[in-house]
Amino acid sequence: MAAVRTTGERTLNRVAIASVLIVTLIFLAPIYWIVSTSFKPRNLSTTIPPTVVFTPEISPFVKLFTKRSQLRSAPTPEEYEAAPWWERLVFDGGEKVVRSGRGEVQLSGYPSRFMNSLIVAITSTVLAVGMGTFTAYGFSRFKVKGEGDLLFFILSTRMLPPVVVAIPMFLMYRVVGLNDTHWGLIILYTAFNLSFSVWLMKGFIDEIPKEYEEAALVDGYTRMEAFFKIVIPEAATGIAATAVFCFITAWNEYAFALIMTNRRAQTAPPFIPSQVGSGLPDWTVIASGTFLFLLPVAIFTFLLRNHLLRGMSFGAIRK
Amino acid sequence: MAHIELRNVTKKFGNQTALRNLDLEIADGEFFVLLGETGAGKTTTLRLVAGLEKPTEGQVFIDGVDVADWGAAERDVALVLQQYSLYPRYTVRQNLEFPLKSKLRRVADAEIAERVARVAKTLRIENLLERKTDRLSGGEMQRVSIGRAIVRNPRVFLMDEPLSALDAKLRESLRTELKNIQMNLGQTFLFVTHDQIEAMSMGDKIGVLNNGKLVQSGTPNEIYNNPKNTFVARSVGSPPMNLIDGKLVDGRAVMKAASFELPYAGANGAATEGRALTFGIRPEDVRVESGAPIEAMVHDIENHGVEKILTLRVGETTLRATVPALTDVAIDKPVRFSWDAERVVLFDKASGDSLQHSA
Repeated sequence: MAAVRTTGERTLNRVAIASVLIVTLIFLAPIYWIVSTSFKPRNLSTTIPPTVVFTPEISPFVKLFTKRSQLRSAPTPEEYEAAPWWERLVFDGGEKVVRSGRGEVQLSGYPSRFMNSLIVAITSTVLAVGMGTFTAYGFSRFKVKGEGDLLFFILSTRMLPPVVVAIPMFLMYRVVGLNDTHWGLIILYTAFNLSFSVWLMKGFIDEIPKEYEEAALVDGYTRMEAFFKIVIPEAATGIAATAVFCFITAWNEYAFALIMTNRRAQTAPPFIPSQVGSGLPDWTVIASGTFLFLLPVAIFTFLLRNHLLRGMSFGAIRK
Repeated sequence: MAHIELRNVTKKFGNQTALRNLDLEIADGEFFVLLGETGAGKTTTLRLVAGLEKPTEGQVFIDGVDVADWGAAERDVALVLQQYSLYPRYTVRQNLEFPLKSKLRRVADAEIAERVARVAKTLRIENLLERKTDRLSGGEMQRVSIGRAIVRNPRVFLMDEPLSALDAKLRESLRTELKNIQMNLGQTFLFVTHDQIEAMSMGDKIGVLNNGKLVQSGTPNEIYNNPKNTFVARSVGSPPMNLIDGKLVDGRAVMKAASFELPYAGANGAATEGRALTFGIRPEDVRVESGAPIEAMVHDIENHGVEKILTLRVGETTLRATVPALTDVAIDKPVRFSWDAERVVLFDKASGDSLQHSA
């Protein structure tokens, strides 16, 4: 039987939907701004009021991925004709131009920074979640001497704002040669995320009845087999949720990346603002770099959305 | 097939003592039921046999071999729990296959398929094989759990209240089914329950646990008719045995509080003259009939269809009596009763121990 709705309830429902819409719009506005700017021609990027209707271009992306040298004068029509399409795109109305056909258009630093970000964020997430899951399992299933103190110690590593130790870390890294290396950042981010991962995973593993593993033990499996065959699949939602959080933290980290890296291992967050440069900043390029930078987290979260939702309401659904 | 023995086992969890100097012997092919309240140490006993816990003191023997150093996997026991014993992400078939796919056993694929099919047929779960376990009803889940135990052909079956989470009807039918399976397999079963009806109806032997100690162990009849102490008398039987304080005077039971007396015809009569005793009498041995010596008021009537259970009141004392359903009784009406003088059990009032046992 469908419930009979009163007029009051219906109005309330509409108000609720409307407020959700408004809040969503407010949250989406900056994202729309970034995305639209990254497709705008340069002269429309800073107009007041902002341009909403425009013909999208991919020139900002081409500029983002290429390194250009400025020419003293505008290109000749011959030069323009001879240039491949992506070079023409960055002629920029003929004012700032590339010297085409002479090998001066090169891949910019962005792709390698983006790759660095991926390498560092993915590796540190895998490490933090993997070690965190093992540690959490140990705390959850075995009697550990001083369990409470140890867990508090693990938590306490997060009580200090990480930037406080930036200078000593920098000096130590210089001594051991971890400056501007992938492993340097990976170790740092894993260390940040590990305590979080241990605590979160412990909660999830505590919720898995230990009877499952005991049944597996009795059925002729080792503790390790039971862990991989029973615990890991059961903890999948928790692992997904923890992984998303760790990934976001590592992906967005700015301060340490700025201090510890400058070229080889630099990640995208410190690189993008460095492109503001000394002259007039090209906001379309920065917007396109930011837009691409947003994508992995969005995709990762989207792929894991089912796990995440269940992960968030884990306790509520189980019992 | 196995013979199990626990010798002087003590198990402590921190300061808590779960089991105290427990001696237990389960014969090969026996359906042994451990009966006790929550916290009595039943599950701990089971886990010690399974190898999921190690005894603080004492030894566990399976077929005469001390299994102290054997892990759960090597003991070749099967475990059925009240809940959570099926792997949630697997289908019924995968659950049944799981124990056979252990590296420890190395069963050929064809044999796995054959064994699963046979077990599914025995338990009538063939139609469920491809279903995910979270889509099963409680009764189906327990069937599959039992199936997963049977499929392995283990030496011992350990069951931790496997029927307790089910509703009454299902519990009853699975009870019969389980007992049949045990008889057909001829395997050793160690079955833990707090339900004395399960214990009485299924067990070849019952062990009554209280506070980590084995109070009495014996056949259901021994336990029922000759309880070792008032604890066993109270915990076995529904309704439980009537326990009334009194004394023996000149071969007659004289009740202190209720100030009535009845003949006593059991053993130990003479030796206990004048001592403070507790008389135990089963409700079905209380005779309600006109012309009986004692008058009582009917305080309550529970109609069970085949019989009625009366709560009688004599002075301050209440006692239960089972009478045929057609007996004409009404609440707050007087009836007359006596008891079967040969069926009375004597307990020492101070210790609660049965005099029949100490003699």
